[in-house]
Amino acid sequence: MPDQYKLIRCTVNGREKEAMVDVRASLADLLRNDFRLTSVKKGCEVGECGACNVLIDGESFNSCIYLAVWADGKDILTLEGLEGPDGKISDIQQAFIDEAAVQCGFCTPGAIMSAVEILNEGRLLSDEEIRVRMSGHLCRCTGYENIVRAVKKTMLARLSQ
Amino acid sequence: MYDFKALYEAKSVDEAVRLRRGHPGARIIAGGSDVLIRIRNGKWAGAELISIHGIDALRGVKLEDDGTIRIGPLTSFSHLASDPVIGTHIPVLAEAANQVGSPQIRNIGTIGGNICNGSPAADTPPTLFVLDAQVELTGTEGARRVPVRDFYIRAGVVDLKPDELLTAVLVPGEAYRGYTGHYIKYAMREALDISVVSCSVNVKLTEDKKRIENVRAAFGAVGPVPLRTPGAEAAARGGETTERTVKAFASAVLGEISPWSDWRTSKAFREHIAEELAARALIRSIELGGGGIHA
Repeated sequence: MPDQYKLIRCTVNGREKEAMVDVRASLADLLRNDFRLTSVKKGCEVGECGACNVLIDGESFNSCIYLAVWADGKDILTLEGLEGPDGKISDIQQAFIDEAAVQCGFCTPGAIMSAVEILNEGRLLSDEEIRVRMSGHLCRCTGYENIVRAVKKTMLARLSQ
Repeated sequence: MYDFKALYEAKSVDEAVRLRRGHPGARIIAGGSDVLIRIRNGKWAGAELISIHGIDALRGVKLEDDGTIRIGPLTSFSHLASDPVIGTHIPVLAEAANQVGSPQIRNIGTIGGNICNGSPAADTPPTLFVLDAQVELTGTEGARRVPVRDFYIRAGVVDLKPDELLTAVLVPGEAYRGYTGHYIKYAMREALDISVVSCSVNVKLTEDKKRIENVRAAFGAVGPVPLRTPGAEAAARGGETTERTVKAFASAVLGEISPWSDWRTSKAFREHIAEELAARALIRSIELGGGGIHA
C-alpha cells in the first residue's frame, strides 16, 4: 500500500503553505477544512456548478474535482486572496455588489474567480465572449444578466485606466 | 473525500508503465473530470488509481519535421484550443476542444482522456477521425501506433493493453495539408452539455475550387463508438460544389449511422440532426476552403 498521507507545499493567496493531505482529499476539502477558506463552496461536487472554482497558476479549476495532492508546487488563489492590504474588497467584487449580481451568494465566489481569470488577461471581450467564459457557473438567482454586466463594467474600467 | 483505495503517482511514462504492470486492476487518472465523477457516483468507488497528472512530458503540442502534429495526451482542451500549431494547421480541432463542457472543464480535461474513456459522444474524436489521427501506445515492449479509428472497440472500451499508456496523438501532414474543416456539436445547452449528435467534416477542393477532391466525415453519438461515414464521403468525392452534391452526401449518412433513442432524444431526431449537421459542416468546410455552393 502506498502512503495514505502526503506532505505538499503550495502557495495559497500569496502565502507559502505546507500540509499533510489525505490522498483521497479534493482541493476543495483542503482549502475549506485545512485552510478555512470557506469562500470555496461545495455545490454539486461533480464539476458542473462552478461554486468551488479557484485559480491554479492563473487558470480556473473546479477544486471539487482536483485532487489535493496535485496542488503540490502550485500557486492557488481563492476569493479571500482578492482582499487588498487595507482590507478593502477588489473592483470586481464591488462591481458584483453594484450591479446586483449577488442574491443568495453561493455561486458568487466561484463566478468572481472566473471573472478574475478573464480580467487578468487584460483583453477587451465582446458580451458573447464574456458569456462563454462565464458559462461554467450555475446561478439559480440572478438570471446571469447582472453577472455579465459586472464583469463587463470592471473590464471596461480596467482597460480605460 | 473521495472513496478510492490507493493513489499511485507516476512522474514518467516508464514509471506509469511499471505501475500498470504492478497494479493490473488500477484505473488511470489524468485530469480526473471523468474518473472522479465515476468514483463520486459510486460506479468506480474503491478503485485503485494511477495518477499520470504529474507527467509534464506528456503535455503540449509539437510540429515534427515531416509535418506530423504530435499532441501530448495530457494537453488540456483549453491549451489545445489556444495552441499556435493547432490554430495554424488544424483550427477545426481547436473548435472541437472549445465545445467541451465549460471553461473549468476545458482547463482540467485532457485530449487523451477524451479518447481513452471510449465515449461515443466525446467532442474531439470525430475531428481526430477525419484527420486520420493515430494514437501512440507505450507499454513494456515499447511503443506501437494505431489509427484512432481502430482504437475504439465498443462503447467505453478502447484497445489499451493492461500495461499500456497513451503517449501521443499524431496527426499526419498529408491528412491536414490543403484541407479545411468544420465541427458542429448539437446539444440542448450551449455549455456543460453532452452531444445529442456531433459531426466533423473536412474537405480538399480542386485548384479551381469547383470540385471536391477529397472529403472525410465522422460523427459522434450516433453509434456505440465515434464513426466515419465512407459511403457519404464516396458520394461527394469528385463532385461539384453544388447543392446536389451536399444533398447526396448528407442523405448517404443515414445509411451508415445507427443512432438510438434515450432520455436525451429519439432515434428519429438524431437521424434528422445528423443529416442536417452533415450538410452544414460540408458547406462550411467548402467555404473555409475558398469555395462556394452553386445551384
